[in-house]
Amino acid sequence: MNLLNIFAAASLETSFPVIPVLVLLPAFGALAVALTPNGRIGLHKLLATVFTGITGAISVWVLTAFESNGDYQFLSEQTWIESLGIQWNAGIDGISLFLVVLTGLLFPFVVIAINPHHDHKAYYIWVQLLQTGCMGVFVSLDLFMFFVFFEIVLVPMYFLIGKWGHGNARYAATKFFLYTMLGSALMLVSIISLVVLHSREAGTDITFNLIEIASNPAISTTSARLIFLGFALAFAVKVPLFPVHTWLPDAHTEAPTAGSVILAGVMLKLGTYGFIRFGLYLFPEASHFFAPLFLTLGVVGIIYGAVVATMQKDLKRLVAYSSIAHLGFIVLGTFSLNTQGIQGATVQMINHGLSTGALFMLVGLIYERRHTRQISELGGIQKSAPVLAGTFTLVMLSSIGLPGLNGFVGEFLILLGAFTAHRWWALLAATGVILAALYLLWAYQRVFHGPENKDNGEEQTTPDLTNWERLTLFPLIAGIIFLGIYPKPMLNRIEPAVDKLVAHIEITIADGSFTEPVPTVQVRKSFEELLEETYESHSHSDGHSGHEEEKDHGHGSENHEDQSHSGGHE
Amino acid sequence: MMQNIALIASGTVQTPSVSWTGLLPLIILAGAAVFLLTICSLVPSRITNQQLTIYTCAAAIGSLIAAIPLWLKVLDESKGPFSTLSGAFGIDGFSIFLTMLLAVSVVLVSCLAGVFLKSEDIEGPESYVLLLLSATGGMIIVGANDFIVLFLGIEVLSISAYILAAMNLKRVQSQEAGLKYFVLGAFASGFLLYGIALLYGATGSTQLTAIRDFLINNNLTNDTLLLAALAFLIIGFAFKVAAVPFHFWSPDVYQGAPTPFVAFMASAIKAAGFAAMLRVLYVTLGEYKADWQPVIYGIAVATLLIGSLLAIIQTDLKRMLAYSSISHAGYLLVGTQAASDQGVAAVLFYLATYTFMVIGSFAVISLNSGPEGIRTDLNSLTGLANRKPMLAIAFTVFLLGQAGIPLTSGFFAKFYVIEAVIEERSFGLAIVAMLAAVIGAFLYLRILTKIWLTDLETDDKDQNTITIPKQVSFVLLLATIVTLFLGIWPEPLVEMAQRAVPLLRAG
Repeated sequence: MNLLNIFAAASLETSFPVIPVLVLLPAFGALAVALTPNGRIGLHKLLATVFTGITGAISVWVLTAFESNGDYQFLSEQTWIESLGIQWNAGIDGISLFLVVLTGLLFPFVVIAINPHHDHKAYYIWVQLLQTGCMGVFVSLDLFMFFVFFEIVLVPMYFLIGKWGHGNARYAATKFFLYTMLGSALMLVSIISLVVLHSREAGTDITFNLIEIASNPAISTTSARLIFLGFALAFAVKVPLFPVHTWLPDAHTEAPTAGSVILAGVMLKLGTYGFIRFGLYLFPEASHFFAPLFLTLGVVGIIYGAVVATMQKDLKRLVAYSSIAHLGFIVLGTFSLNTQGIQGATVQMINHGLSTGALFMLVGLIYERRHTRQISELGGIQKSAPVLAGTFTLVMLSSIGLPGLNGFVGEFLILLGAFTAHRWWALLAATGVILAALYLLWAYQRVFHGPENKDNGEEQTTPDLTNWERLTLFPLIAGIIFLGIYPKPMLNRIEPAVDKLVAHIEITIADGSFTEPVPTVQVRKSFEELLEETYESHSHSDGHSGHEEEKDHGHGSENHEDQSHSGGHE
Repeated sequence: MMQNIALIASGTVQTPSVSWTGLLPLIILAGAAVFLLTICSLVPSRITNQQLTIYTCAAAIGSLIAAIPLWLKVLDESKGPFSTLSGAFGIDGFSIFLTMLLAVSVVLVSCLAGVFLKSEDIEGPESYVLLLLSATGGMIIVGANDFIVLFLGIEVLSISAYILAAMNLKRVQSQEAGLKYFVLGAFASGFLLYGIALLYGATGSTQLTAIRDFLINNNLTNDTLLLAALAFLIIGFAFKVAAVPFHFWSPDVYQGAPTPFVAFMASAIKAAGFAAMLRVLYVTLGEYKADWQPVIYGIAVATLLIGSLLAIIQTDLKRMLAYSSISHAGYLLVGTQAASDQGVAAVLFYLATYTFMVIGSFAVISLNSGPEGIRTDLNSLTGLANRKPMLAIAFTVFLLGQAGIPLTSGFFAKFYVIEAVIEERSFGLAIVAMLAAVIGAFLYLRILTKIWLTDLETDDKDQNTITIPKQVSFVLLLATIVTLFLGIWPEPLVEMAQRAVPLLRAG
């Protein structure tokens, strides 16, 4: 009944209730699968493909219908729990647009490309529910609604890891669940505190509406900082940032391939997206105040992830730790608090989803062929499976950040943003790029080169990718290359929203409603100035070639002593 | 006939005016209990459990229906809440909300009783009579506006419950449970009575209205007596709702008592206990908020943490749920601590949703516990998902609900309680409550892991024989639907709970 209302209300505003359909269609798909008889595996898969596929198609349509301005589009609003000011309030802007598309497309891809080994029906139900949850997070503009989706994704993922995982899956699933729940538990307290304090200070009715709360910052600086930390903990666990990352390697290693792909592709983005949408937007002052902390944690994550990845004996664990490093970059970009940094972070979220998702796919394929993920037991795959090796090389290079592939665009923008804001952190982070090349190339060398290790498998040679596997991998590869060569359409759509966010931060800090943060490094005194300059100069740059000039421009105008930073990029 | 009696009574002897319609839910339930007892002693032929279940359900539903016009009347602006029996019994939104909740839990529990008492070798009408009487006691408590009436209600409720706990004559744990419950419960009643006496000494009345007015209008020069009374009252109530550190009886009693009655204890008796606590502490002694709030704060923290921590290390399902029930009492105490109308509404919402989840959970445990009803260790659930998928799904919903996962009513209940307490600026308590939720989640995950992620060893053939009788599937279905529905759209119940504000009206 209530759900019908949502459709009805949305259809009044736009001709087609895009967001409710995007969010709820997979849930109906799950219901459809649940209603079919148990043994019909083909039917389950067909239904799941159709429902997630239509969701994906709609998300692509959203991409084309999206207008490149900084506003929320496709808004859908509906009263949910009136007595507590809770609404179904959803919209898409440039920051969430590509995450919505990624969620829309990655799930049908996973459904088509990867088959579970048992319990097909339950598997398709959970995968589709997971899509509903992830999609819901990315479109939520209401804090309650956001929390509901943010938390609900735990359940499908718990079952995906626990039931279809390998080895110590139950332990990994429980750890994943409790870790994330711990973070979000404190976020719930933060959300309620924010809403209650806001309504009290601003003298309005209780509302969970994100935009209303953000546009009318009423709570005191200290409260805002404490509440921000509550949010940040939840996001830090989800990202995961350095000290609270330990669930990730376990979850990734034990998860089935599909689980890993979704986890890396979409779910980790819930945390980084949360930082941008809720952390920066709701608490500009607190984000500014705590930026050094998160920059440090980001850099620690980059270097720690890379160093630990180098040491790994398990190929999947290696990719998991490389995820920690990549997400460190995203956090670094986010807390640079300038347009390039945040834009880079947004781009990098998509890129990481594509390249790490593809890496997990390939590791899954290798595991299926050789029944081991131990790097020492693999070897020489290139000889018998050249296409597999070639694909792996391409994806790996994208993950390293080779120019011309998608990984470069994001990492470059992030380092650029970080350098203009906090150069020492950027300098340290850049070493992460080199380390990434080190551990991935070294792993590649051990897995694909050398003599073929035949102790383990009963097959004489490793079979190459089948046509079907080539076909299913193609969309990811195409995405990786396309976004690497021609990122402009993507950047154009992201940019206005990021500009708006940065302007929001700038205004909130400049108009004096916040006390001036204590300067910690020399860059602080020119921070506002810097933001303004980058903001202005950025509005007429196009593509990443434009940023090259801008870096020099921003750098020069700041009058910092000239300093070599050529080690920063490849 | 009732009205005739009323006319005769008012005509001859000087008695307080009685609003029979206001007492109707109570009278139906009590009358049904007495009538059943009479019939069964007069007609020796054996009445089946099935017939008894139908009878009990009918009585409870009658009581529920009788409460509906009252609810509408109380919410009607022109009429509003009122009290009867010269102000000894109040009829307000709060009491009717809980009356309806008690009636619903009697319906659900009697459905379970009809099936499981047989397997536990408990026959005859006594347990149904006691169930009805116990619920009657609960209804007296929720409406009591006088300490004497309140105490009466608590005793009717408790004494019936003591016997219910000991109902299984063949199992020594059940006897032990009954005795333990009785001794400790009697002890708690003693504290309560002592507290009432001291409060009478301090304020000169047993009427809640009079006490409240006295405290508002007079400034006590020496409130030692009153504070002592407060302490004793809190101890008494804490015993009844099994709050730490007065919780020791509950795991043993839950483990030993027949499972349907455990469900009743965890839902209805807890609800009645909190009704008494809210009416006495929040409504009557609201002036002394500053004195009792810190105490409840401390008890709530202890209850939340100890309940959820001890739950993790249990291996018996009934003990697990006993400890989890203790930690749920902690959330209810959090709502009580808020001492606001929002807090009361949150507690009522929590009680209503928890009733369904906990009765549902105990129904699953009963079904799973085998023909003798003794297989209640955690391992007995191994591979339930393969054996009985629908049962596993229902149990999963209840467990996720109790863990507070969104889109179940349990999440919104926790959300609401925390919202209430944050409005009163008790941020620390809110954080502790959420930490306890995470610790508690581990317990529910342990059970879920057993159900879904552990496969049954093949030699355990005898576990494959679960049949779900109709009444139980009704209970499970209803509880699942309510839990999910209120999770997705809690608005109707929130609105009801917000209107169910406790009031005191002089008679």
